[in-house]
Amino acid sequence: MLDALRREEPRHLWGQAVVLLIVLAGLSWMGLNAVENMERRGLSLGFGFLFQRAGFAISEHLIAFSPSDTFARALMVGAVNTVWVAFWGCLLTTIVGIVGGMARVSSNPLVARIAELYVEVGRNVPVLLQLLFWYSVIRALGGPGSALELVPGMFVSNRGLQFPTLDYTGGPTGPVLGLVITGVILAAVRIPFQRRFESPAVRGRFRLASVATLCVGVLLGGWLAGGTLSLNVPALRGFNFAGGSNISAEFTALLVGLTFYTGAFVTEIVRGGIQAVHAGQWEAGKSLGLSGYRTFSLIILPQVMRMILPPLTSQYINLTKNSSIAVAIGYPDLINISNTSINQTGQAVQIVVLFMAVYLAISLTISALANGYGLYVKRRGG
Amino acid sequence: MLLYFAIPTIEAQITKWGLLMAKVNRQSIARAACLALASSVVAFATPAFAGSTLDAIKQRGSLRCSIQGPSNPGFGVPDSQGNWKGFNVDMCRAVAIMIFGDPNKVQIVPLTTQTDIPALQAGEIDMVAANKTHTLTRDAQLKLNFPAVTFYDGQGIMVPRKSKIENAKQLDGATICVQPGTSTEVFLVDFFKKNNLNFKPLVMESRDELRKAFAENRCDALTADYTTLVAQRTLLPTPDDYVILPERLSKEPLGLTVRHGDEELRDIVAWAVYSLVNAEELGITQANAEQLATSSTDPAVRRLLGTDKGLGQALGVDDKYGLLLVKNLGNYGEIFERNLGSGSALKLDRGSNKLWNQGGLMYVPPAR
Repeated sequence: MLDALRREEPRHLWGQAVVLLIVLAGLSWMGLNAVENMERRGLSLGFGFLFQRAGFAISEHLIAFSPSDTFARALMVGAVNTVWVAFWGCLLTTIVGIVGGMARVSSNPLVARIAELYVEVGRNVPVLLQLLFWYSVIRALGGPGSALELVPGMFVSNRGLQFPTLDYTGGPTGPVLGLVITGVILAAVRIPFQRRFESPAVRGRFRLASVATLCVGVLLGGWLAGGTLSLNVPALRGFNFAGGSNISAEFTALLVGLTFYTGAFVTEIVRGGIQAVHAGQWEAGKSLGLSGYRTFSLIILPQVMRMILPPLTSQYINLTKNSSIAVAIGYPDLINISNTSINQTGQAVQIVVLFMAVYLAISLTISALANGYGLYVKRRGG
Repeated sequence: MLLYFAIPTIEAQITKWGLLMAKVNRQSIARAACLALASSVVAFATPAFAGSTLDAIKQRGSLRCSIQGPSNPGFGVPDSQGNWKGFNVDMCRAVAIMIFGDPNKVQIVPLTTQTDIPALQAGEIDMVAANKTHTLTRDAQLKLNFPAVTFYDGQGIMVPRKSKIENAKQLDGATICVQPGTSTEVFLVDFFKKNNLNFKPLVMESRDELRKAFAENRCDALTADYTTLVAQRTLLPTPDDYVILPERLSKEPLGLTVRHGDEELRDIVAWAVYSLVNAEELGITQANAEQLATSSTDPAVRRLLGTDKGLGQALGVDDKYGLLLVKNLGNYGEIFERNLGSGSALKLDRGSNKLWNQGGLMYVPPAR
């Protein structure tokens, strides 16, 4: 064995094996210690508690939930809420970041200074304080009794934004059939006449027309199947608005707070990306006769997006994890519901393991999607 | 300032050690690694220390007791020097007097409704004096004990006077502010389900944020134990604009909470509370306790105050525990009046918390 230690390659393997054993021993010691202490305290192991009745209500849920549902469903509601706010947060942050990045490198001094101010404030104020600030701004709006009606049917109050929805009665078969039949008709028009569709202008007009035709087909299918379409307008009934749908104040505050904070970081990332593109690219665009805006959108921006993908992914993951500050304002995200569940069941270790796994899954998905997009762009020759 | 110079020196030293380690030959590294592995296995096999909570408290020299933070009017409020005063603080001190004979051997830990039970289960604190309701789930599933009820309360709902609501059944479709992880949250669901009404919960951990949301009409009603609502109303900008509805949504026997597994501590906590109530029944007050200890001929009084020996020894505490309790804190009635009743801003009526022979529910086992 000592002979093996003297040779180079097996030595490295031995070293790695020993380190791995130490790490595994350490982890298993921690796990067994936790299990032993839990048993000594009389706390039960296992995940059976997930199928007990939850007993508490959740204020907003994208999937159906009532207090007689299980803890498992409650945690699922929390996970869906987290993903929902993270999705919209990432989308809006990207837009804010690109606009901010463009403003930062703008030749207009006022715009550039405002963007600089935004970056300094957004990055340096702790995210929780920003969230509480936006929440207090929204809470300063009046109660439902004194809600503002900006557009007929849309009400803004400290309960959130209430807007009308389109309600369709009747099954999905009608509209789906309408969609399919219209799609077949459009394909029958397009496919035989390839030569007519070689010009991009014709293709563009056809795309527009086909979208309109598909909408008509869906509506026609629904109508023929006997369903009715009605507008559900919110109206103040008693304490809250009934009818329509609502974006709550907590969700809005969380979204605005997270976007404002992460947008400042993304602005700087985009600025770095723009400045990293060679000046020759700008000159080439100008010499082709493209305007400043078209140079930016057709030549510079695609290069920037590919370059900033890794730090941008980090910011998306940061935003997802920062969404847990929702506990401060009562938005029922995963951490909030996990806390309540821990209190009602006492199973802290199992629930913490569960939500760690969920956050890990979300972060890995974001990274995978970002890397996939990067590979796709590279393969396209971008 | 000193650190500014110390840190580079420390860094340089660590770097030197690191370089030295790298030069050590591979055989000794391998040997050291095997030794580490073996010792970690041995360490895991050693049984850990398994003393009871009471022993740990005595060894530490003070009782770690948690109350509702950051402050709860009447039950636990810090003054400008950071000293805690309140009904629950007095209960913590009562247990400390039982164990140590000294009301100051107590560490008050302010926690929230979401963090106190996990902290108790983990062993970070010894007792929770935070108005926790005694429920079956907490008894059996969370493995907690409720040695004694200190306060009989009920859940109430508070609404603004201008909403013209007169009873809780008119709250269909309302948004109601509630704290998470409390029995209040689940009883609210039960009440609305029983009456076939709907509501929207607004759940926030911080009681102060909840009160602000209620004051700004973010939610239409605030729900909590009746006593907590009275206390919160005193903190609102215009207390007279709010009214507490007559319904009690639940019965809330509030008490002190300890973990399963320590029978001696459970007895001590129970008899701390029982002794305070027994003292009131027997007419022992803070003013006359010393005098009664020497001059009383009533055997019950003599037993409680330790003049006739024996009771304290059975519990494992000083025989004079009764005398120390009443001298330092007063009897149950005096503690109530000082913190929650006529001597406080809350001006609560004792209601169900009167003695059993005066129409209330305070009925405790006799001290003999």
